[in-house]
Amino acid sequence: MRSLTTIGILDVQGAVREHADRMRAVGADVVLVKHAQDLDAVKGLILPGGESTTIGKLIRKYDLYEPIRSRIEQGMPVFGTCAGMILLAKSIHQQDDVHLGVMDITVDRNSFGRQRESFEADLNVAGLSGDAYPAVFIRAPQVLAKGEHVDVIATYDGHIVGVRENSMLATSFHPELTEDTRLHAYFLAMVNEA
Amino acid sequence: MAVVGTDRVKRGMAQMQKNGVIMDVINAEQAKIAEAAGAVAVMALERVPSDIRAAGGVARMADPTIVEQVMKAVTIPVMAKCRIGHIVEARILEAMGVDYIDESEVLTPADDKFHVNKRDYTVPFVCGARDLGEALRRIAEGAAMIRTKGEPGTGNIVEAVKHMRTVQSQLRKIAAMSEDELVAESKNLGAPYELLLEIHKTGTLPVVNFAAGGVATPADAALMMELGADGVFVGSGIFKSDNPEKFGRAVVEATMNFKDYDLLAKLSKDLGTPMKGIELSTLGANERMAERGW
Repeated sequence: MRSLTTIGILDVQGAVREHADRMRAVGADVVLVKHAQDLDAVKGLILPGGESTTIGKLIRKYDLYEPIRSRIEQGMPVFGTCAGMILLAKSIHQQDDVHLGVMDITVDRNSFGRQRESFEADLNVAGLSGDAYPAVFIRAPQVLAKGEHVDVIATYDGHIVGVRENSMLATSFHPELTEDTRLHAYFLAMVNEA
Repeated sequence: MAVVGTDRVKRGMAQMQKNGVIMDVINAEQAKIAEAAGAVAVMALERVPSDIRAAGGVARMADPTIVEQVMKAVTIPVMAKCRIGHIVEARILEAMGVDYIDESEVLTPADDKFHVNKRDYTVPFVCGARDLGEALRRIAEGAAMIRTKGEPGTGNIVEAVKHMRTVQSQLRKIAAMSEDELVAESKNLGAPYELLLEIHKTGTLPVVNFAAGGVATPADAALMMELGADGVFVGSGIFKSDNPEKFGRAVVEATMNFKDYDLLAKLSKDLGTPMKGIELSTLGANERMAERGW
């Protein structure tokens, strides 16, 4: 019997349980990552939606920053959703400091407006077969600029909202808030291929 | 095509706040301190609950100038309070672009029978509840987030504990019931059958539930998380303490690490004097904010 692939969910703040439920639904084993040693068993990591300023401060405070960054640089697949995308970005529009700074993208925070402008839309996501993907945008960021090795996997109204750079995947929207598990399955496949 | 104001978008916003602390602030400077301390959102107010208590009289929606200053000062979400049933205060806050409206018992109610029909709004609402029936009535009206009420502005955690334990116990009871019993329980709670049926299947509330009303120390915040809260509102506690920034950081860390008792011991050290607090038995029935709401 083949053992299940272990996926970590960064468990600092935000929609942790939702990601854990979706990853289990697609057949992964889940570890909640609260401390650096929790990363040891993990083959891939999800950075969930939440408040990026809060999560960014706390990963530094709890000595998760360096271990996560070095694992990503060694090739561990990572999937950032909304706040997670902001954590991964090498550049944040109109902001001097960045968080993990590993993905060659410039993101603009709260790029579609405040909460009343938050929305749902069906998008075509490259690499997913079947119907359009139901994307939930909540005070969402967008990608303003990207490096040449970054592929765009989803756009909304001309704005870049989904990207992949080698083993790093990021979306402006929240796949953990829908029942559609195709993006979680896509990430699990990325991890299994890595 | 994009659709705004759906249940998923409104409830999802609250899901992104989980394991976080939402802090009451009365100006831009406090909002920046709260953001720096790691708050996931701020509640923009004219006065914190303990000062509302001290001032007496009718408490209303904050001056929009204060709310706007707070919105300009921080990039985290900004919440603001309207009076219970005050449809127009809610519309004003929505028009200003606040991220979440708290239809709150901390302010003097504007309607003695009805709450705002929150389904009519694009902006999401959070509402207070003392028990599951009240929580489900608010969810039926469209609340996208619940907070147990506690007793605001007292610095006394006892009511917050009572309300959280009550809600959790009622959730467990419904999960364990036979489906045959749900209609009668719906009548008993004064709450829609469909929501009871959903809880019977999932075992949890359909929206995020924070604790509020009386959190005065990091240990209080951790206690509420231990009892099943998804996060914590801290009202008067932070900016009534000696060192708000240090205190705010300690509450944030305590909320996220509520089972790490060594850390909680460290966080509880040298915080200075917490707010004095009020023993509940000294409050008259008409001074209890938690009784407001129908």
